[in-house]
Amino acid sequence: MSELYESQRAMRAMRKAAMQRGVIAILDLGSTKVGCLVLRFDGMEPAIDADGITSLAGQSGFRVIGAATTRSRGIEFGEISSMAEAERAIRTALQSAQSMAKVRVDHVIASFSGGSPRSYGLTGEVGIENQLVTEQDIAHVLASCDVPDYGAGREVLHAQPVNFALDHRSGLSDPRGQIGHSLSTDLHMLTVDQKVIRDLAYCVKRCDLELAGVASSPYAAGLASLVEDEQELGAACIDMGGGTTSISIFMKKHMIFADTVCLGGDHVTRDISMGLQVPVATAEKIKTRNGGLYATGMDDRDMIEVGGETGDWEHDRRTVSRTELIGIMRPRVEEILEEVRARLDAAGFSHLPSQQIVLTGGASQVPGMDTLASRILGQQVRLGRPLRIHRLPQAYSGPTCSALVGLSLFAASPQDEWWDFEVPAQRYGQKSLRRALRWFKENW
Amino acid sequence: MLPLMSRSQRSDPAPSRWAYRMTRFMLSPFLRRTVYFGIPTAVVVGAVALYASDVERREHIAGIYQDAYRSIIERPEFMVKVVAIHGASPALDLEIRDVLPVDLPMSQFDLDLQEIHSVLTELDPIAKARIQITQSGTIQIDVEERQPAFLWRNRDTLEVLDDSGAFVRFAVNRMDYPNLPLIAGEGADTQVPQAKSILAAARPIADRVRGLVYVGERRWNVLLENDQSILLPERNPVQAIERVLVLDQTQDLLARKVSVVDMRLSQRPTIRIAPDQIDQVIDTSLTSTENDPL
Repeated sequence: MSELYESQRAMRAMRKAAMQRGVIAILDLGSTKVGCLVLRFDGMEPAIDADGITSLAGQSGFRVIGAATTRSRGIEFGEISSMAEAERAIRTALQSAQSMAKVRVDHVIASFSGGSPRSYGLTGEVGIENQLVTEQDIAHVLASCDVPDYGAGREVLHAQPVNFALDHRSGLSDPRGQIGHSLSTDLHMLTVDQKVIRDLAYCVKRCDLELAGVASSPYAAGLASLVEDEQELGAACIDMGGGTTSISIFMKKHMIFADTVCLGGDHVTRDISMGLQVPVATAEKIKTRNGGLYATGMDDRDMIEVGGETGDWEHDRRTVSRTELIGIMRPRVEEILEEVRARLDAAGFSHLPSQQIVLTGGASQVPGMDTLASRILGQQVRLGRPLRIHRLPQAYSGPTCSALVGLSLFAASPQDEWWDFEVPAQRYGQKSLRRALRWFKENW
Repeated sequence: MLPLMSRSQRSDPAPSRWAYRMTRFMLSPFLRRTVYFGIPTAVVVGAVALYASDVERREHIAGIYQDAYRSIIERPEFMVKVVAIHGASPALDLEIRDVLPVDLPMSQFDLDLQEIHSVLTELDPIAKARIQITQSGTIQIDVEERQPAFLWRNRDTLEVLDDSGAFVRFAVNRMDYPNLPLIAGEGADTQVPQAKSILAAARPIADRVRGLVYVGERRWNVLLENDQSILLPERNPVQAIERVLVLDQTQDLLARKVSVVDMRLSQRPTIRIAPDQIDQVIDTSLTSTENDPL
């Protein structure tokens, strides 16, 4: 755990260095596309008001100066499956974003959705020595959380204090300076497979870049597509990507749960490809042009040219009705949504005061998705698209890019994590005693 | 599955590792600045330096510049053709024209009015000078001459001073300026105002005053006809001479055979009789005591 603490701190230091240089790259590794934004931070941020929030919620401090996406290669289910291919995809995206920005970028913040993320809720409690809560006490209480055994091959990606309670008062966001006897905290910890993070770090290193931060893409998508009161009152963001569908639940502006379903738009495409006996590329085209989830009488007469280049005239001239296409797509989408439902139920989403669900991601653009989702997931469903950030190209404002935009927000104003606080002095106890002894030996 | 060994060169949209590194290298801030600013600047500066390294070319360029400059400033509108001098006597006028550092016709831009002014004010007879260039191409010089007020007989020169004591010109002969009062003594020119006030006080005997002598650079003697002199004190000389005048009025002092009236000690005025007269005075006093010789 301390090794991770060190590496996360190193990444934070990198992020600080990048902020001083003023340029940082944002890299989202998805199963369908690899997106890259180059952000320029030039200190336009106005003074923070009493709520700790500026008029644009911290989005005015940076602007996008370069943007590029490329078809994803070597990435499946949000995990790197082929290092060389993934590296090429990152290079392509980064180079075109860089040449648009006309600036060399050395620091990158990356996100991915795979690695089977698992959420843990941790609690810790400490007594306060002199009644006044200091930063040191917060570090203590964070260190006192009983970390569960999350397995050998896994690594902590996020560890965010979600809530502080002082004596009987709960729901404090910043207990510093308050007076009490015992301080307790709730920590949300997200672990992913170690291999995925290491592959990512290695890929980024191979591209001569420094990793300045890693985020989970459901978290980033939630940051971008949930509006402020949804984040405050509680909502789930469902990012329907190509290879994975990821879920994040927000409450009181903190992520409290994240999970990933390894089903996505690619599976729908593959179903169409198999069902209509067409290549995957054609199936993708048919899906995006004619796809739907609710059949009407009109759709029976709406014939779609399947096309083909086999040379067999009969085979190449086939047509299917739109109803047939919907008949192929709908069961798969229903399966995905059922799976999401199961994950939400497992997370206890039904106990939250607000049941808002926001669908985003490329696969959420299928017509009729909101209707179908509200049947399966609950009444309060809406389609979400990312917030506007400064100078974001129009092509990147769709729901396909919500993870990318969310990651920019994450880069601009990251949430406090466990490793942002100093290691409590007690941990140094033994070492410092030894150091003191050595000092005595040397001087007497 | 794709063959892991790439045997055929398939075209790949991704930049190769080296192309990627090259792009990044070219985008590095220092190199960008060098290419976009440093190299062009160096080329331009180098070319200019190479061209200018030859003396002939430099002179040629300087010549072109000079020609252009002269052709503009020597336009007829800017030329000065005439010097007009007002308020100077004919002799001074000639002197001014002699010393004026102006070679007519001349461009206005080449005239240094400050210099002309300093040359003019260095001329002794000139108190004030005002110079302006008029629209019609004339240098208008308005001169205020120093007015001769005193003749100062020095150890071996005779100088004309104005009433502030400033030197005006040398005089050859006392009779060139018969109307001017004469002063003498070293440092007398510094005390001209005092001399002036003494003379003003001595107006009733003005026809008998031959001159003033500044003694020891501290006080004045008034020399009268018949080798008479009045020794004035350092302080309040005017008051002293007024006292003498009062004495003269009441006692007819200066008409007697007195050679020196010594007023240097104000509480004890002293008179001296000329040594060759002293016998006569004593005789007269012995013969006619009732007549009160003094």
